[in-house]
Formats: sequence, structure tokens, C-alpha cells
Amino acid sequence: MALKYESQVRPPLVVGGKDYHQVTEDIVRPIEAQPSRLWWIGFLISVALLLFGVYSVYREVVYGTGQWNLHKTVGWGWDITNFVWWVGIGHAGTLISAILLLFRQGWRTGVNRAAEAMTIFAVMCAGQFPIWHMGRVWMAFFVLPYPNTRGPLWVNFNSPLLWDVFAISTYFTVSLLFWYTGLIPDLATVRDRAKLKWRKYMYGILSFGWTGSTKHWQRHESLALVLAGLSTPLVLSVHTVVSFDFATSVIPGWHTTIFPPYFVAGAIFSGFAMVQTLLLVTRKVLSLEEYITIEHIEVMNKVIVLTGSIVGIAYLTELFVAWYGQNPYEMWAFMENRANPFSPYGWSYWLMMSCNVLSPQIFWFRKMRRNITVTFFMSVIVNIGMWFERFVIIVTSLYRDYLPSSWATYYTPTIWEIGFYLGTFGLFFTCYFLFSKFFPVIAIAEIKHILKRSGDTYKENMDVVEKKAVDEVYEEAHAAHH
Amino acid sequence: MALKKFVVGVFDDEHNLFNAVRKVRKSGYRLHEVYTPFPLHGLDREMGLRDTSIHTAGFIYGLTGTSLAFGFMTWIFTKDWPLNIGGKPHFALPAWIPIMFEFTVLLSAVGMVLTFCYVCQLAPFVKKHHFHLRSTDDKFVMVLDVSSGNSESEASDFLSGLGASEVNVQVAETGWWLGTYDREQKLGLSREPSH
Repeated sequence: MALKYESQVRPPLVVGGKDYHQVTEDIVRPIEAQPSRLWWIGFLISVALLLFGVYSVYREVVYGTGQWNLHKTVGWGWDITNFVWWVGIGHAGTLISAILLLFRQGWRTGVNRAAEAMTIFAVMCAGQFPIWHMGRVWMAFFVLPYPNTRGPLWVNFNSPLLWDVFAISTYFTVSLLFWYTGLIPDLATVRDRAKLKWRKYMYGILSFGWTGSTKHWQRHESLALVLAGLSTPLVLSVHTVVSFDFATSVIPGWHTTIFPPYFVAGAIFSGFAMVQTLLLVTRKVLSLEEYITIEHIEVMNKVIVLTGSIVGIAYLTELFVAWYGQNPYEMWAFMENRANPFSPYGWSYWLMMSCNVLSPQIFWFRKMRRNITVTFFMSVIVNIGMWFERFVIIVTSLYRDYLPSSWATYYTPTIWEIGFYLGTFGLFFTCYFLFSKFFPVIAIAEIKHILKRSGDTYKENMDVVEKKAVDEVYEEAHAAHH
Repeated sequence: MALKKFVVGVFDDEHNLFNAVRKVRKSGYRLHEVYTPFPLHGLDREMGLRDTSIHTAGFIYGLTGTSLAFGFMTWIFTKDWPLNIGGKPHFALPAWIPIMFEFTVLLSAVGMVLTFCYVCQLAPFVKKHHFHLRSTDDKFVMVLDVSSGNSESEASDFLSGLGASEVNVQVAETGWWLGTYDREQKLGLSREPSH
């Protein structure tokens, strides 16, 4: 019981005087109710976007990557920008569920389930881009090391692109397992409440016959802890490896050692912004304001201002090192192609700077952190900024290469490149809408677990007990001293 | 699978539970299991359950992953098809660290989850007897095994005395069977318990 001591200055994480049954009722209600009109509208828009994406990809597969405006020298354009952007968004979920579990942050319980789901969907979207970018997608399995009739000719294990294959697929698998093992007890809760036959049937299958026995809970806890321990370095490794795709090359603008930490910070930054966007809507629509409280929103805004500032320092460090290193190519890439506002893509650099570094600074003010409208607006701004960060890194480093005669072409995407991107939004939100309808968006068992410690009605009583315990320890120590 | 007779005590709150478990263990009744809607820290100790070794299994799986990735890449790049990549060494250990790491995590996580499902007997279409439907909602359900001699009524009184809000006697399968939750499939409920 004393494993998790919570400071008395912490405000309650669950308000509204809930008891265990009320928690179940509140969280399972959206699953048992008919979907609202708003849900259908959102869902159908997402499916429409998804279908447009499918058609865009179909064109790319049939006619080749020429359907996109990629060219010499911009061989990576919107596709890889979107890939890195989605992977980055996919970092918040595991950070919340794994790293914050290890740090014993009680507030994670309100948001971890939805954030993990978001992670999985974001990684699914991210994976689309490198796969379809291959062009001849029917040969995508060539990236796997399997015995083949070409020698066997193996993949190049020294290449960061192959590390990426391993990193992303491992990340996806582990996040999925982590998410699903956490879901099993909650699905059993839905199953045992179910009145409808099909619901009992479906959730019976999904919940794997969970009973809630103490022995199983003991193993479940141990499993969650070790998976968290494994996911913590994993989540840091994934964006590190993504940054290696750039950093191990010799392109000026990419060839920098700062990339791994800078990418990881940026990933957490954009991931939290996406969590805010989704949860602000989810808590409102599913009336879960008593579980995802303003306190949760405020802590996440603190993470946003911290990581945004780390990203800002990384931007400035890059500029400084470009100047300090006195490599003319590096200087050119940073000072002319990026930081010069009058160069062809200078606008994108300054858009990135203002969205990612300047605007989050308003979160130094408590009033702003606790303002839902500002938070929602900022969460969108941050993700626009983080998209432009990847765009700046990729396109401004490529569009003027070593041969000035090939500089003339200004890279703009075609409708099918944009369609592909919109299609991943469709995929992401289709999945999210289905998730919010059929799965408990808040970890029911975990909320019950912290209820006596962080629920508003219990917390007052607990404070008295804890204060007494602290006093006793103090007196004992005092007595021993004399 | 065996049919056994159980006395089931339903507790409304976890506060009484720790105390009750302690008393049951002292009294000599056979504590079959306690079902809770969420993990109660320390209850496993109180019940005298052994610590789980699932993390040890995870460590072994992880180590297997590391060695497999290392061995496989070494064999390929030094023996099976030594590829000259810009004159770099064939045995390029630093470049293999990312994949070795990812594979360690992958095998460890997948292995542990499969082990967890195996030892807890969890899988789709697996069905088990439920002593109380609200044990996954807000009730804490303590189950005593009275199939070997203990008197049911005595055990029931004992549980009521410990603060159980509801006590009943059930004959149930202890194992699992294939089935779905939309129908009654309690195997052999009509039969008497076989000792």
C-alpha cells in the first residue's frame, strides 16, 4: 500500500465523488449507448478521407511514384515528411504509458489508454509512407532478412534504413501488446455487464476469459512493469533510429550528431500535442471531464512547453554549430537555405520556428495552461509546426544540391501526394472513432486502482492517515536521535 | 478439470479484505482464490502466493533475442555473404547494436505476453467459471474451497462474520473450457462434486 505515496499538494485526479461502480458506469456508458449523430458524421468523414487516400495510393501503385512531384533533387518529399511526422506523434502514447509508469505518475491513468491507441494508429499511418514510397510495393518483403533464391542475398544490416524496419515494426508490435494486455481486464468488465447477446459474445472473445484472480493480477502487474521497462528505451530508440536515416548521411543539414535527442524531444512534443487535440474532444463528447480533468491538461501542457523549448534549443544549437564549424556547405544549408527568410523555402523555416518555439512559450502562464480553447488551438499549431520541421529538414536540405544547374525546380506536391496524406488522416480517425465507440477510452481498472489515493472524496481521508504516518516516523526518528 | 464445491463471499470494499484473508489463512480453510476488479498491492503476499517469475522469463527471452540477432548478423556478414560496403569491416558490431537492441525488446515482449497468456490460460474463446459477475466491476470476491470436508454452513457463517455482504455456495469447474459468454456452458453443473 505504501508503494505509491502521493504528495498532499497534488490536486485530486478523479473528481465528482466517484465510487468503483460509478467509474465503471461512466467509462462503459459510451460503449453501451448508441453512437451519436456527431460520431457518425465524424466517422463518415474519416472513411471518406480514407477512401480518397486509397485512391491516391492506387494511382501511385499503378502509374508509379511519378504521380508524386518527387524529382531530382527532392527524392524525399511529402511522403517521408509525413512518415516522420506520424512516427513522432506515435511517441506520446508509449511515453505516457511506459515512462510515466516507471516514474509513478498517477495522472497517466486518465489518459494512457487513449494515448496508447493513438500511438498504434499513428504508427500504422507512418508505416504506409515508406512502404508505398518503395514504388514496387509488391516487393516490400525484400526488406526482411529471409533465405531467398538471390544468393541468398541478405539485407544490409549496417544501413539505418534497415534499422528503421526493425525499430518501427518492433515498436508497433510492443505498443500493440502493451495496449492490449492492459485492455483485457477492462474488456472483461464490459463483457460481464453486457446485456446484449452479441456484446457478450464479442467481448467474451476479446477479453480472453479474464477472471480477475489475484494470481493473474500479480502476473499482469509484473508484465506491465517489465513491458514498461522495455518500452522506455524502445520509445527513445525509435525516433533515434529515424533520425539516423538522416544523420548518418553526408547531406549538409542532415549530417549532425544532435539529431537523436532533438528528434526524440520533437516526437514527444508533437505526440503530446496530438494527445491534447484528441482528448479535449473525447472528454467533451463522451463527458469524461471528471476523469480527464483540467489538471491532466495542465500537466501535459507543461510537457509541451518543456519539450518545445528543448526543440528550440536544438534549432539554435544547429545554427550555432553551422556557424562555429565553418564548413561552407553546412553554413549554406543552414544560413541560406533555411534561416534566410527571403530564400525560396525560408518561409517554412520561420513558420516552424514560430509554431514550435515561440508560441508554446505562452504555457509558462498557468492561466493559459488551464484554458481549454487555448490548449486546443495550441495543440493544432504545434502539430503544424512539427510537420514543417520535418519538411524543412527534408526539403530545404535537398532542393539545392551540389550542382546549381539543378536548383531551378521548386518542389510542390501533387494532388495525389496530398491525397495520400489526407488518407492517413482518414485511417487514423477511422480507427480512433471505432476505438472510442467499442473500447473503454480510459483504463477502468487503473482508475479504480488510484481512486482511493487520488479521488477527491477519498483523498481528504487519506491525507489524514498519511499525515499521521509521517508524524509517527518523525517522532520515532526524533526519539532515536536523543 | 474437476468439479468442486465452493463457498463464495462477496466484499463491498477492499479494506476488510486484507484482514479477512489473514483470518482465513489462520483458520485453516482452503482459500481457493480472490477475484478483484483491479490489482490490490500486497494481497498476493497476504494470500501467501509465490512471487511471479514472469520477469525472469522475459529476461531469458530478451537474451535469446540479443544472441540470435548478433549470431545471425555475424554469420551473414562474415561467413555466408561477406559484403563489401565502402571498405568497412565485415564484423561491424557498432552498426548492429540498433537491430540487436530492437530484437531483444521484440522477443522479450512477445515471449512474455505469450507466457503470460499461457500461465494465466488466457486466449480467445476460453471460458472460465465466474463466481460473481460484478467481480470485474466493484465487488471483491473471496472463494473458499470446501470440497474436502469443510462444512458449507460453517464456512458461510465464517465469511459473513468477516464482513462479506453476500455469501453463497457454488459448485464449479476449476479449469477452463472452450466456449463463448453469450450462452450458459457451465460444464457438469448438475453433477455432485467428485472428490
